[in-house]
Amino acid sequence: MKKEGEIRIPSGCAISAVISKDGNKMTGEKIIESMIPMHDRSNGLGGGFAGYGIYPDHKNEYALHIFFNDKYRIEDCERIIKDSFEIVKKEIIPTRKIPEITDEPIIMRYFVSPLFSLLRSLQLDEKEFVVRIVMKINTEVDGAYVFSSGKNMGAFKAVGFPEDVGRFYKLDEYEGYSWTAHGRYPTNTPGWWGGAHPFGLLDYTIVHNGEISSYDANRRFIEMFGYKCTLQTDTEVITYIADYLIRRQGLSLTETASVIAAPFWTTIENKPEKEREKLKYLRTMFSSLLITGPFSIILGFDGGLMALNDRLKLRSMVVGEYNDKVFIASEEAAIRKMEINAKNIYAPQGGEPIIVKVKEGKF
Amino acid sequence: MKKIYVNEKWCLGCHLCEYNCAFANSGETDMVKALKDKEISPRIHVEEDGKITYAVSCRHCEDPVCVKSCISGALSKKDGVVTIDKNKCVGCFTCVLVCPYGAVIPTDKHAAIKCELCLKNACGYPACVKGCPNKAIVYEER
Amino acid sequence: MSINYIYPEFEVVRNPNRCICCRVCERQCANEVHRFDADGKVMLSDESKCVNCQRCVSLCPTRALKIIKSDCVLRENANWQNQTIKEIYKQAESGGVLLSSMGNPNPLPVYFDKILINASQVTNPSIDPLREPMETKVFLGKKPNKIERDKDGNFINNLPPQIELSMPVMFSAMSYGSISYNAHKSLALAAQKLGILYNTGEGGLHEDFYVYGDNTIVQVASGRFGVHENYLQAGKAIEIKMGQGAKPGIGGHLPGTKIVGDVSKTRMIPEGSDAISPAPHHDIYSIEDLRQLVYSLKEATAYKKPVIVKVAAVHNIAAIASGIARSGADVIAIDGFRGGTGAAPTRVRDNVGIPIELALAAVDKRLRDEGIRNNVSLVVGGSIRSAADVVKSIALGADACYIATAALLALGCHLCRTCQTGKCNWGIATQNPELVKRLNPEIGSQRLINLMTAWKHEIKEMMGGMGINSIETLRGNRLMLRGIGLNEKELEILGISHAGQ
Repeated sequence: MKKEGEIRIPSGCAISAVISKDGNKMTGEKIIESMIPMHDRSNGLGGGFAGYGIYPDHKNEYALHIFFNDKYRIEDCERIIKDSFEIVKKEIIPTRKIPEITDEPIIMRYFVSPLFSLLRSLQLDEKEFVVRIVMKINTEVDGAYVFSSGKNMGAFKAVGFPEDVGRFYKLDEYEGYSWTAHGRYPTNTPGWWGGAHPFGLLDYTIVHNGEISSYDANRRFIEMFGYKCTLQTDTEVITYIADYLIRRQGLSLTETASVIAAPFWTTIENKPEKEREKLKYLRTMFSSLLITGPFSIILGFDGGLMALNDRLKLRSMVVGEYNDKVFIASEEAAIRKMEINAKNIYAPQGGEPIIVKVKEGKF
Repeated sequence: MKKIYVNEKWCLGCHLCEYNCAFANSGETDMVKALKDKEISPRIHVEEDGKITYAVSCRHCEDPVCVKSCISGALSKKDGVVTIDKNKCVGCFTCVLVCPYGAVIPTDKHAAIKCELCLKNACGYPACVKGCPNKAIVYEER
Repeated sequence: MSINYIYPEFEVVRNPNRCICCRVCERQCANEVHRFDADGKVMLSDESKCVNCQRCVSLCPTRALKIIKSDCVLRENANWQNQTIKEIYKQAESGGVLLSSMGNPNPLPVYFDKILINASQVTNPSIDPLREPMETKVFLGKKPNKIERDKDGNFINNLPPQIELSMPVMFSAMSYGSISYNAHKSLALAAQKLGILYNTGEGGLHEDFYVYGDNTIVQVASGRFGVHENYLQAGKAIEIKMGQGAKPGIGGHLPGTKIVGDVSKTRMIPEGSDAISPAPHHDIYSIEDLRQLVYSLKEATAYKKPVIVKVAAVHNIAAIASGIARSGADVIAIDGFRGGTGAAPTRVRDNVGIPIELALAAVDKRLRDEGIRNNVSLVVGGSIRSAADVVKSIALGADACYIATAALLALGCHLCRTCQTGKCNWGIATQNPELVKRLNPEIGSQRLINLMTAWKHEIKEMMGGMGINSIETLRGNRLMLRGIGLNEKELEILGISHAGQ
């Protein structure tokens, strides 16, 4: 019998992503298919997708995707929304009835704009304002859960295998320039709809494979800055870290990667002086945001993707290209499923960020 | 060549070196059996004057006067170590008289004894150095 | 006072079959317990003088000696225990305050022993520190809340001065005076080799030790002994000592007999005069006064030295720490009620203060709740006994630990708890030159280095087991801890779940 290392033993989660650097639109079909060869990396307790550029008609409004346990929660939740936003459009997210996905909550979508007068009186940046309302709903309204809150993008997730979740949400009917996907093999949280991935805040979404050992250190630090880790998942805390570093601290993606998958001190010591000082500064400044333990993540954001492995590369992740498209997945098979002729397939180093952005003006 | 040196600063005057020396040269494997109820004749001595203590043993001099004074050829210097052949020693103790450090010790067994760096006994490494609790006695190249 | 009410606490047991009358016990006992009887050619002992420091036991070449607890006891009484009664006898005789040394020895809960550490199984891999890098480096000091960039977008280093440590352990304050020159030198040498810091305590810095400045924390305490500009400039960091775990609310008293020679010179007080540190700093009667001292020290050192404020763990420590975190201090050091001392009133040592585990958990939580945890680093001391205690402290939220008793044990201390007598047979808590020379710093520093190296290995092993390869992701990572045999309230304060949860 072959041993570990000689044969791939399936475990953990599956992640997959595709992006068109030219901003060309793709339906959700391919990304759903990419999850099929990685079926064994999930256990049917969670799957999900994020699509970017999918709401061109409402691109200036925040799209709130919300799960409600029952209709009575809708009222409570809408009261909070109406206090802070103008609701431009409200609808039930269309789904397909399939036997593989059952016990669904009420799934609503709101396109909203913050009330300008309120923003001004609170002296808050618009995005910060949205974050606070999302946190408020998720912590204060029992039975309501905002799982997507960005502009011109959306997350779709459920308990089930990812390929079924994709069909359930009719993702073949959406078109986006970038997609991420996740199949879940939950280890440290019970499988429920809100706990499925991607996890999103504003336009940041994260799909993640791994179980980070730094979780509570990261959580207790980030919660100092108004974030509430209600799901207790790694993905949630990683998303907040990304939001904090990128949006609130203004770090670049590469700098963010140098914080969460910081190079070892021995590596830093051997860098040229300028680089060394910079890395040392970041590591000292944000030491509590270092993430240890295995992870491969794909961070989706407005106009791009960043893929990153933990610094020891304890999880698989490969990257490939074809024409204007870049593919990232836990396994090469997933990439081949999306594009049989994909080229330049390689496994990035631990801690080496892969950043892909759509060309300026193309999204 | 490695020799035994004493750092007066760290000598506690505990006299353990004397007992370790006597034991090492006793040929016994148990210290109690070797030393209990016996007068010991160690090859290292702690000199004391008030609060100053200092362990003294053979310096293995460059030009050892003991060797020069030996009438029977029992004392010799080989590879830097001054040794004594007790079979040749006639017990005249001239060496005891001439040694400026008092490091050659007469015994009632008709032969003088002196530090031979534990090279001839089972210890193999100076027992006084090994047993010194404060590293006051060291065995090193200088 | 002709009747002696107290039977000696220890018995010196000498095995006559093994004793070779080498008299090393006699020569090494500063308490003069042993003596040689030339007539009978036997060693005799006066156990009434024995403090059970075990110097004789350790040096006896034939292991002919042991010290045992006397079994001569008073009639058993759960309320009036032997110790209690003997203390009453002592006070009835002396009319004085009872003095003790080292930490609280009473059987109060040791929370560290009721906390268990996690390890990875299946879902994420443990990491082998022999094969993979395992980082224990920490930086102590305030971390600004916002990055700054210059016009070209490069970072401006806006970090206040930081203390870099190769591992999250430092040697805590023990003054030159309360401990010997050689003990200080051992600590300084070891700190330098290890890449950590030692602490002068309130006794000034001997001129020979300025060379170890980069590995020195210079302390400013209520007596201000030995404090001058060069002293402040000499260290890597400055510590304001507000309190000490062994005697919260109490100052210090180094008897004139120990203020001799270099000790007097270093403390800048006349020979033979008692060195009395007031209970409070008489220029700090409130938190705003502390802020002034913090900034005075920063002004004096051109803002190049982090300032540590050390306090004893007392009931409202969380609120106190919150105040200190806003005082401009860079590091808060908290000393738990089991912390050691060269001398403290017994009643204070044994009854005042709270355990460091609870104090740490409460402070870390409070500072996070207030969003000011980044303002300061947290250093905890007060009986950190092993690498496991270090790991548990870090996971509870500390940045680093202070150790002193463990360091003294490495130097030979046998915890006989009679430092106040000045007759330390191990050359540590004494100024008697004959005794001081018993501690050769070459040996002492090596033993400290060995101890810390061993702990570092153990810390790495435990981190690796948890799948953590950098100490900063252990900090405050309370999920890695579980309580055992703790009640709901204790778990709530510690912020951990019970084992099995």
